[in-house]
Amino acid sequence: MLKEILKILENDARITTKQIATMTGTPVDEVAKLIKKAEEERAILKYKTVINWDKVGDEQVWALIEVKITPQRDVGFDAIAERIYRFPQARTVYLVSGTYDLLVLVTDKTMHEVADFVAQKLAPIEGVQGTVTHFLLKRYKEDGEILEGGEGGKRQPVIL
Amino acid sequence: MTTNPLSQSNKYRSLVSQRVRQILPSGIRKFFDLLASMEGVISLGIGEPDFATPWHVREAAIYSLEKGYTMYTSNQGMPELRQELSRYLKDTYNLEYDPNSELLITVGVSEALDLAMRASIDPGDEVIMPDPCYVAYDAAVILAGGRPIMVPTSQENNFEVSAADIESKVTDKTKTILIGYPANPTGAVMPRNKLKQIAEVARRHNLLVASDEIYAKLVYGTEHTCFATLPGMKERTIFLGGFSKAYAMTGWRIGYAAANREIIAAMTKIHQYTIMSAPTMGQVAAIEALKSGEASVAEMVEDYNRRRLVMVKGLCDIGLSCFEPKGAFYAFPSIKNTGMTSEEFAERLLVEEKVAVVPGSAFGQCGEGHVRCCYATSLADIEEALARMKRFVNKHKKI
Repeated sequence: MLKEILKILENDARITTKQIATMTGTPVDEVAKLIKKAEEERAILKYKTVINWDKVGDEQVWALIEVKITPQRDVGFDAIAERIYRFPQARTVYLVSGTYDLLVLVTDKTMHEVADFVAQKLAPIEGVQGTVTHFLLKRYKEDGEILEGGEGGKRQPVIL
Repeated sequence: MTTNPLSQSNKYRSLVSQRVRQILPSGIRKFFDLLASMEGVISLGIGEPDFATPWHVREAAIYSLEKGYTMYTSNQGMPELRQELSRYLKDTYNLEYDPNSELLITVGVSEALDLAMRASIDPGDEVIMPDPCYVAYDAAVILAGGRPIMVPTSQENNFEVSAADIESKVTDKTKTILIGYPANPTGAVMPRNKLKQIAEVARRHNLLVASDEIYAKLVYGTEHTCFATLPGMKERTIFLGGFSKAYAMTGWRIGYAAANREIIAAMTKIHQYTIMSAPTMGQVAAIEALKSGEASVAEMVEDYNRRRLVMVKGLCDIGLSCFEPKGAFYAFPSIKNTGMTSEEFAERLLVEEKVAVVPGSAFGQCGEGHVRCCYATSLADIEEALARMKRFVNKHKKI
């Protein structure tokens, strides 16, 4: 049941406990209890909104940064990853397989600030062998949502 | 000299065949013009998924067009599709249909239904079907020269048709029992044991059973029983299915029939003289749907189920009593406490609150007193529609 509730919430964070109760055929109290528990255990990290900032004319600069690092004895990649993810500019940090080790999504107000962050903060960290910065040019799909001209609204006004 | 368009139309009406004249236009389409002319209508009227066809299916069809697969296919349908379908029916129901002689790919299940009736009915033959039922059933029988015989069902019995009621209608003219579960418009699902009783009737009186299972995959918290899997029924069942509802492929128009080779040969004969072959790109899409569509279907079914629960609870909360539909994507609440006929209810709800539902009477006499609400629409729309319906019912409630 928890998984079912989380799937509904993942798709729509504004949905009420009462609505979830109806949709899953579970008592409201039970749903509330499960959500509270999930929040406490940090299965639910936070509730957020997927926004197309271009629509409101507030452009943010995003960059995907490939980071190659030397793993350290005992802690592997984790210690360096932590030094990176502590920076608020690093919005997402993943350890990945392949030709580099960490994928870091960085955002800031200007391209200059992002470049500065990489040059001044990220690259000089001990153990970081090198970085490759990809500035994000266009978003087509965000968190499963197509940004322009999605799927909806194709149905004809008919009764069948 | 001016001609009166009305007298013109009367003049030509007499040229329309008697058979066609006795069929009323589908009651479902009655509000079409009204609906098309209105802004801001929430439609619970249309019986189709609100999902677009899963992308991998569309992509397969696009690729086939790029490669130039634009010609006719074999009359019976692309061999690869029939192979896949045969495998699918084996995997799903443990039913073995020979892809070469026992399967036919049609233009939607609608064509399959029409062919099934035309291939089996002689003038005056009777076809027994539940009332209410899908609007095309009685028309298909009449067009084939047969007589539809209605068996009443009701909310008290969850709109399940009883074998005893069917048997009471059997005469020496009876040829076929036509059923469609999960049901449009009621959302009813028949339990296996009740279908078994119908199978007994079919066997006792040597009848065919045409089983429209287009909604087979859309069941919630229960199992769908494929009629042909009942003991001894495969040979006498014309199993009708399609891709529209489960795979969100309504516009592709691909359905199928599975039956014994004599029936399929007869249906193929009509199909080849009227249709030639089902659309090629649709068939390619259907192959892809059968090969790797299961995950998408499961996701959509999960989603429908949530909306179903919201719709049914919402209707009950407003005071429109509603049995729990376990299949398809329809709720079929009673509107008797408003004192209106179902047509009046549907029309006034559309005009006063801009919510489109389909009057139950469109599906037969026993549908009177109900309306069909399709919940294959967004949750936000369902909730807004329910809020509007609540206002409407509170205003007009008699009891």
